[in-house]
Formats: sequence, structure tokens, C-alpha cells
Amino acid sequence: MSLFQRLAQRLASTRGALADGLSSLFRGGRPIDDELLGELERLLYTADLGPTATAVTAELKRLHGRGELHGEEDVRQALHTMLMERMEQDSGEVDLDTHSPTVILVVGVNGSGKTTTIAKLAHRFQEAGKSVLLGAADTYRAAAADQLEIWAERNGAQLVRQHTDRADPAAVAFDAVTAGVAREVDVVLIDTAGRLHTQKNLMDELDKVRRVIDKCLPGAPHHTWLVLDGTNGQNAIQQARHFTESVDVSGLIVAKLDGTARGGALFGIKEALGLPVLYVGTGEQLELLEVFEPEAFVNAIVSAGLETPSD
Amino acid sequence: MFESLTQRLTQSFAGLRGRRELTAENIDEGLSAVRTALLEADVHFELATEFTERVSARALGAERVKGVDASDQFVHAVHEELVELMGPEDATLEFAKRGPTVILMAGLQGAGKTTTCAKLALHLRDKHAKRPLLVAADIKRPAAVEQLRVLGERLKIPVFHKEGVAPPDVCAAGLAAAEAGGQDVVILDTAGRMHVDDELMAEVAQIADRTRPHNQLLVVDAMTGQDALQSARAFHERLTLTGVVLTKMDGDARGGAAISLKRVTGCPLLFLGVGEGLEDLDPFQAERMAGRILGMGDVVGLVETAQENIDEHEAQAGFEKMVMGSFTLEDMLGMIRMVRKMGPMKKVMGMMPGMGSLGDMDVDEGEMNRLEALFTSMTPGERIQPEILDVSRRRRIARGSGQEVGKVNELIKRFKDLKKGMKQLNKMGLGSMLGKAGKREALAGMSPTGGMVDPKAGKGPGMLGGLGGALSGGLGGLLGGGGDGAGLGGGLGGGLPDMGASGMGAPGGMARPMGSSPTRGQSDLAKQRKKDKAKRKQKRKNRKKR
Repeated sequence: MSLFQRLAQRLASTRGALADGLSSLFRGGRPIDDELLGELERLLYTADLGPTATAVTAELKRLHGRGELHGEEDVRQALHTMLMERMEQDSGEVDLDTHSPTVILVVGVNGSGKTTTIAKLAHRFQEAGKSVLLGAADTYRAAAADQLEIWAERNGAQLVRQHTDRADPAAVAFDAVTAGVAREVDVVLIDTAGRLHTQKNLMDELDKVRRVIDKCLPGAPHHTWLVLDGTNGQNAIQQARHFTESVDVSGLIVAKLDGTARGGALFGIKEALGLPVLYVGTGEQLELLEVFEPEAFVNAIVSAGLETPSD
Repeated sequence: MFESLTQRLTQSFAGLRGRRELTAENIDEGLSAVRTALLEADVHFELATEFTERVSARALGAERVKGVDASDQFVHAVHEELVELMGPEDATLEFAKRGPTVILMAGLQGAGKTTTCAKLALHLRDKHAKRPLLVAADIKRPAAVEQLRVLGERLKIPVFHKEGVAPPDVCAAGLAAAEAGGQDVVILDTAGRMHVDDELMAEVAQIADRTRPHNQLLVVDAMTGQDALQSARAFHERLTLTGVVLTKMDGDARGGAAISLKRVTGCPLLFLGVGEGLEDLDPFQAERMAGRILGMGDVVGLVETAQENIDEHEAQAGFEKMVMGSFTLEDMLGMIRMVRKMGPMKKVMGMMPGMGSLGDMDVDEGEMNRLEALFTSMTPGERIQPEILDVSRRRRIARGSGQEVGKVNELIKRFKDLKKGMKQLNKMGLGSMLGKAGKREALAGMSPTGGMVDPKAGKGPGMLGGLGGALSGGLGGLLGGGGDGAGLGGGLGGGLPDMGASGMGAPGGMARPMGSSPTRGQSDLAKQRKKDKAKRKQKRKNRKKR
């Protein structure tokens, strides 16, 4: 796809912002009342905010009761402030200079986009002048290592993998970190098999991978990132909770935010666990991994259009 | 954070207990609990609201069932409505009358298409005696073709791919290959695509155009949020979807997306992906899904699994022994093994009412192994005559099984409790429980689900389900794994027609978690007995008066 085409596409998906969801609520000069706030709640719910939607709406109702809301602009401001408060975090690029190599363990449920995200991360780090080594510790899914290998070739990154079926993931991780130290690379990214957070034995396996890495290079992994599927709903909170319990997740990456999903479950995760969101995946191309910006994220939610189930 | 709906309803209806009528006022709280449960299950906001309105109409319009509590009746209405919404038919794939049946699989990235393709091929081969051909048409994701090839190799199912051509051509060529090779099912694995990607959406439409699939299935991740509505709609616009497969159902996602999917596409949910193994594909059943969305367990599934894996005669014999009081450790071991045959305890427990949502409650298979080890470290004589287990024998058993003597003692105590309960139950006569008060109590004790699956479970051998209930109840207690043993056994028992229900509700009561009051189950029974006795006395008096 050419750059122009991509640009056109991005514009098309933001066109929705012009016919802003919030503005549409106020169309026809409607006054602020319970009905309107109820619809606003619905708007927030459809962006997967879950219980946060109710909490935010209740707060708006309270503000309205005190007579502090006089029109669309006030509501927009209040909403924006409230959502931004909940999304607060330290921004800035991840520090890759302190450790050598910096070992990053990437985890997540099946199909959340781990492997693709790793390819994008590798691309990003290499663009920043770092040398990257990938460890294919997803030894469960058929051809997962092949997939990573193809990405590594495209990226020009180094790869450590096993060629036997169902190898021990911890062993692959160990080899990858050892190779990373020996070859003096800057970053070691370790891909793991997708696993549902409710599978205790698989979560224990992940913990073992982590322990083995620590044994190989004390203090590592320096980061453990959880890749979430942006189209997931409230279950994402459970995922974050369980993965954090098992392997002490230090940051989140939200994939697949290039569709119509808004990823509002992040509010619930923030509230429950306070994990920082590092990157968002916004497309299939290698370069489509952006640093998370709370402002843009919140704006996308406020500007989401209303969808109705009936045609 | 996901409180089960059953729990929440129990709270909101605490004031309603005993009251019989549902009124517009008193169901309000219940309705909002239902709505919250639906929203937590990721049902689309609008649909959740609409749904609660329908439930309200149904609950208020329904005739009161005799002896059933208002709250049970309410949950019943919710469940029925949900089943109606997602069912009612248990649909199947459509097979071509002539030539190979073509199945197109489409969906977003990471929904689980490739894995589901392999699972479906296996399912069709083993359960429908078909000869499937898998066509790898995902040339977008690196190594996706390789992935399908590996899976095909594992299953010994042929995989077709043509290098260097566009996906529609691959699919067309695959279809031709199937015709030539005598395969009667062709499964097309397409690339994952975002529904806003026009180019790729046009491509999948083109594939459908070229191959004229008899089945066009949308594969959806059960964890999908509110966006399920929009993406399903976009796919439905481009394809003529005929069915939906919901994947990753083995996690703790409630799968509320199923409702949105059904509503938007109008086509049935066909299969559920329920595990990492390639055989983990279950046909969809509305009743089970309804229970899951509401967080009420999967009684139907449990009874079915039990039927598949448990020998009925053996089960009945065990049940009779239990009731007759000639129950030994040997029988108990047999029962434990029977239940274990149903699959990993975690899966079995997950299907139990009120336990499905307890994702954290992990039944350790090791614990089960250790439990079995206790039994197998006894001599057959000891198992048949547990009375001879003195301190020295117990010590030997502990050593033999590599556990503490305390564990042996615990097991024996559990066994005695169970037996005592049985005896008491037997003395009372199973029939007396059918008295008015008894029935109500049994109904209250069983989770509301019990009443609901009744018609369905009635189809199967009642005794069996009942036994399953008692068994798992007993096991729950034995394991001491926590959870409300009483509700559990009772709930299962509830799945049975009359006699089984009230008869087995009580043994479930034995299955309380360790550490809880050891006399609770019995004291309830004792109370019941006293009541009955008093009643009989009163009757006699009355007669005398006349």
C-alpha cells in the first residue's frame, strides 16, 4: 500500500470524528437532562468502558445537579478531564540504555497479537539504532517460530529458535538471553505462546520462563509486556490481573486498535492495576506501532459515533 | 470482579424470599442486576437494555409456579428469554447434496481461524465420517500456511496450497483439487482482516463469489467486547454468513458477544472452541451458553458429559448402595474414578452452577491424584471394611501414599459423614422429602438453574444426573477446595425430575467445604425430620378430634 493510500485510509477512519458522537447527542439544541446523560452512558459503554461508564456518568449527573454544566462544551470538558485523570501516566519512550542487553518478555492470550507486535517493536528499536535479538519461545503453536523467523528476516534482526516440535520454552528463552549477552545486542525480545489466563499450568510455565531468564541474567527480564487485543471487552481486565499476578507485568501494549474498537477496557485495567500503556498497534504494517498518547485515546472515545444494533 | 448473577440475584431478592408474587416494583432490583451481569459479559449495551425489558414482561406475565420462590421464578424467566434469543434451534452445518461441501472461515486477526479450521476438519472426519480438505488461503500472515500444514500433518488431514497466486485463486484451485481427489468437504482458511479494511473485505467477498460456499462461518473471539456488533455487521454485509463459531471459550470470558452476533447476523452459533487441543470443539447449545452468560454454570453440559463417560448401571448400583447405607470406601473410590473419567476436574467443576465464574478456584489434579493414592494405599479389605482402619493401618496408608496421617483421618471422617447423612436420609424415606415444605426447601437449596434445566435434563436418565450431583458434591467436600458444596450438589440434583431432585439435593448438602460447620447439613435434615414428625403428630391429633 502506498503512503498516499494509507493516508487516505487513516483520514477516512477519522472522518467519524467530524460527526462527533458527543455533538450528535446535542443535535437540535437538546438540554442536558437524564435522558441525554443516559445516552452518553451508552456511548461510553459501547466503547467498552464497562463500569467506568456508569461511574463517569454518575459524576456528570452530580455536576449537572450542582448546575455546573451548561452545554455541550462543558460536558465535553468535564468528560475529557475525568477520563484523562483516569488515564494519567508517565509518558516517554521506554528506557533501553540502562541494561545491556535489555530483556523484554512479551506475554498475552492466544491471538492477541504478540508475534506481530514483537516484529513491530523490533522494527521500532532498530530504527532507533539498537541491535535486536528475537527469542522464539512460542514452542506450542504450530509454525509460530517460522512466523517470527520471517519477521526477523524482514527486519534484519537476529533470531534464536529451536527446530524441534514442542521444545521447552524456558530453554529457548535461556538460549536467547545467553546469545544476547554473548553477541552484545542491545535488546532481547522474547515471544511466548499465547495462553488463556485461566490456565494455571500454562501460567506457571510462564513464571518458569521468567525465573530461568533471571537465572541466566540476574535482574532480567527488565520488562514484561502484556499484549492486549483492543477488540476485547471487559475480559481484558481479567487478563491483565491474572498475568500481573503470575509474571508481574510492567506495561501494556494494545493491538488491533485500527478498527472500530476503542479499547475502553483500559480504564478498568488502569483503575485496578495502574499499569502504564506503552504502545498501540494500529495496522498490519511494521511501522504501525505508536507510542500511547492518553489524549488521543480519550478523544477517540469521546468522539466515537453511536452504533445501534437494529438496522 | 465478576460476581455471579446467581449470587447477586440472591442478594437482591433476599427480601423477596418466601414472597410468592413478582410485581413491577419488586423485580426492579433484579432487573438491574441482570442488566449489569449482561454488560459485564460484554453484551451490547442496547441489547442488554432491550433484553431486560423483555424479561420484565415475561416474568410479570408468567403464571406462578406452585412452591417456587419468586426469585427462582425470575431467574427462570431470564434464562428462558436468553435461550430463546440465542436459540432455539441447535443448528448444524449444511452439507451439499452433490459435490464437495464448501466451508469458508472468515474473521478478524487472531480470532482463531486456523486452529478452528483444523478442529472443524477433525470434527467432520470423526463425527460425521467426512473426508475433509483444508485449504490454506492465508498468505497475509507469515507462516500461516505452514501452521495449517503442521496441523494437517498432525491430524493426517490433507492441506492444499498453491504458491504465488491470490487467495481467491488458491481457494478455487483447492475446490478443484477436492473434486479431483474425492474429498467431500473443503474448508477454506482465509486471512484475518479488519472489517474496516475495504481491500481485504472485497477479497473475502471475491473468495465467496468464486467458491460458492455452502457455509460461510464467522470466527469470533469470545472475549470480544462491544465491537463485536460492528465487525459482525461489516462481515455480514460482504458475505452471506450462515453461522458463527465462538472461540477461546475455555477462558473466563462470558461470551456476551454471542448475543450481539446472533442479533446482527441472524444466523446461528454453530460451534464453540473450548480448549487448546484439536479435539476441543463443541457444538453450540443455547441453554449452556445462556447459563454461562449469566454466570450460572453449565448443568446441561455436566449431565451430558456424565452420560457420555459414566456407565449408567455402575452409577445406579453405586447410588443404590449409597442410599441403602451399604456404601464402602471401595464404592467411593469407584465413584471418584467415574467422575474423573469425565475429564479434568477443572472442566467438570467449571460446569457446575455457581462455580463457573470462580475462575480462580483451581482444582489441582495433583490433589485428586493424592486423594486416589490414599484409596489405593489401602488393602481391598480395608476399603470394604473401613472399620478395621486402626492407628497403625492409617499410619501405613499415610506412608504408602506419601502423605500425612491427617489426610487419612480426614478422608475417613468425610466418608463417615457421608454415610451418616445417607443413613439419615434413608430413615426419613426419600418420599417424605416430597412433602410441601421439603420440596420448597429443596428448591431453595438448589441453585435456580436447577429448575430451569429440568425439562431438558428430564430427557436423560435422571438417576444418573443425580448421582453426578451427589458425587461431585461429595468430591467437592472431600477436596475441601472451597466453594459452596451444598449449593453445588443441590443444584445438580435439581437437574433431575422429581424424586431424584429432592433425594439428591440432600446428599449434596454433605459436601460442604472443610472447615465449615460439620453439622449443618445434618441439622437441616434433623430439623426437617422434627418438623415432619410434628406434622404427623398433629394429623393424628386432628383425626382423633374428629
